[in-house]
Amino acid sequence: MLKITNLHAKVGEKAILKGLSLTVKAGEVHAIMGPNGSGKSTLSYILAGRPGYTVTDGTAEYEGKDLLAMEPEIRAREGVFLAFQYPVEIPGVSNKYFLKAAYNSVRKHRGEPEMDAGAFLKFIKEKAKSVEMDPAFLNRSVNEGFSGGEKKRNEVLQLAVLEPKLALLDETDSGLDIDALKVVAEGVNRMRDPKRAFVVVTHYQRLLDYIVPDHVHVLSGGRIIKSGGKELALELEKRGYGWIEDKVAA
Amino acid sequence: MANQDLKELAGREYKYGFKSDIEADQVPRGLSEDTVRLISAKKNEPAFMLDWRLKAYKHWLGRTEPTWAAVHYPKIDYQNVIYYSAPKAKKKLNSLDEVDPEIRATFDKLGIPLEEQKMLSNVAVDAVFDSVSVATTFRKTLAEAGVIFCSFSDAVKEHPELIEKYLGSVVPYTDNFFATLNSAVFSDGSFCYIPKGVKCPMELSTYFRINAKDTGQFERTLIVADEGAQVSYLEGCTAPMRDENQLHAAVVELVAHDDASIKYSTIQNWYPGDKNGKGGIYNFVTKRGKCAGKRSKISWTQVETGSAITWKYPSCILLGDESVGEFYSVALANHYQQADTGTKMIHIGKNTKSTIISKGISAGHGQNTYRGQVKIAKSAQGARNYSQCDSLLLGDKCGAHTFPYIEVGNTSATLEHEASTSKIGEDQLFYLRQRGLSAEDAVGMIVNGFCKQVFNELPLEFAVEAHKLMNISLEGSVG
Repeated sequence: MLKITNLHAKVGEKAILKGLSLTVKAGEVHAIMGPNGSGKSTLSYILAGRPGYTVTDGTAEYEGKDLLAMEPEIRAREGVFLAFQYPVEIPGVSNKYFLKAAYNSVRKHRGEPEMDAGAFLKFIKEKAKSVEMDPAFLNRSVNEGFSGGEKKRNEVLQLAVLEPKLALLDETDSGLDIDALKVVAEGVNRMRDPKRAFVVVTHYQRLLDYIVPDHVHVLSGGRIIKSGGKELALELEKRGYGWIEDKVAA
Repeated sequence: MANQDLKELAGREYKYGFKSDIEADQVPRGLSEDTVRLISAKKNEPAFMLDWRLKAYKHWLGRTEPTWAAVHYPKIDYQNVIYYSAPKAKKKLNSLDEVDPEIRATFDKLGIPLEEQKMLSNVAVDAVFDSVSVATTFRKTLAEAGVIFCSFSDAVKEHPELIEKYLGSVVPYTDNFFATLNSAVFSDGSFCYIPKGVKCPMELSTYFRINAKDTGQFERTLIVADEGAQVSYLEGCTAPMRDENQLHAAVVELVAHDDASIKYSTIQNWYPGDKNGKGGIYNFVTKRGKCAGKRSKISWTQVETGSAITWKYPSCILLGDESVGEFYSVALANHYQQADTGTKMIHIGKNTKSTIISKGISAGHGQNTYRGQVKIAKSAQGARNYSQCDSLLLGDKCGAHTFPYIEVGNTSATLEHEASTSKIGEDQLFYLRQRGLSAEDAVGMIVNGFCKQVFNELPLEFAVEAHKLMNISLEGSVG
């Protein structure tokens, strides 16, 4: 589904990714772990197409297409979803209005008819229930005045509504207490599907107790320096990142 | 803001820019005492009207154009303007069916059908074409409720006592350069009177259309709500696309007696000029309401997306005790548009209350200025004001300016003022695009969200219209 080869990227003038390669197949969950500043968030932003991030070398293929050549909204409509570390507030725009516009833009792209307001409301209420979100949040402005946990839950709601093929979760666990973390993880787990892949970016192993990955990768200095199964995450939790970095340096 | 996202503004479409080919009865170019007399004669006005006009004209001669607003334009040659232009009527109209088909087609094209049976919504329309009112719908229905709604010209003839009593009672002919000019040459407009205790059974609206070349439009609206009366009034405006600038200097006066309320909504979409700033309407308008009675209320809501230059400060004089004034405004300045707009809230009565919500949006090379005054007179014991002025910038070549003037003469007053300026966030845009929205839709959504507080004040159909208009006006504002 996703094939990243020798990716180099910079933010402004600063090189962040320095030859990253990664292959993700449908149905898999990959965890990207690494110390602060290793380029984890940059990777998610590059894949989602955030302006200001420049690819200097390498490729990223998504379902056989050149992902990096697509506009951000086209990537989204093609099924790439980024759950933001810091979801953005849009004052004056109701959550359901925004979700409907997003949902219909994806449907339109797929050649499906747009869903009308009545049907969508029913659909969205079901989805909200599935992530244990109070329907009152649907009428509030997008993320405005939401707590950290509510914002993350809103991201998972969007994930559930848009049903992407490739979901990138950027530090979804940050700022969550354990109860909120469980709800978010359950929401994600319910979305696991043989046709869907997840790339979970996280600093801590904690999230991976709930979202159990098939593969774990350690990102350091802009490259993946070690890959393994879920047990690698546990080892990292115990020993930190230093020992791998030392080993690679040696 | 990353400019790959918000590039220079290109081809914004102005869909009302067509011209209609209609024979017009015009007075010669230029302004003199003879012009004023001619306009008055054409309208068969009573002597008091001509006197008033002549006084205004003489006063105007001694005045100079104001320069304090943050707008720049070449000197206007007032002798090169045509002050009166009316579509040639073949005979007096007895019913709406007799309206010139070409004019009727024009209004149809604008989405304002003049046939009552075609009107879906509960709105009575007065249609003003260049200098004169061409049709007023639902006059009979309204008359049954005792409501007078007609063109200003008809009102002068049919209700001279009301006109003589209220004309100039809120905006005197000496008020300011443009209002004085209007007083001398105004040609038509709408008049509305809601009698005691009557809640107007339908929305009233006036639709203004400038068509003829080189003409100025000088209309006057006067609305009087007697004790306990209620009315909601809407106005809309469009003009053809022309390379020359055209002058529009209107005056609106509102009077609310005890317990009366007037809600006045405007969607101003005069031709704004092209993307290089060529052409467009100069919109110099004086709007003022007097809350004359106790517990009266006047509420202004405006959505200003058109005009090359907007100079407009819908205001409230809060004379009656416990009277309420409100001002809700969205002003958009795109391309080379300049908007200097705001309000004045003059608190005189006790426990008077005012609210100001202003949302300014600047894009392209647009310059948007909020200018507002809150004045608490010595007599205004317990007065309250809340002001909120927010500016949103799209791109880095536009400007937003805020000039709040506050004058407090009574220490028991409570005033709150909040102001914010923000650039449309790259993070907001990216967030919405990551969910599948195009950059243009994303900007539209953010801007409409920004304006929501004001749009919520509009009557429903107008709110939908405003929403669409905002999206059209922003077209081409992203790369």
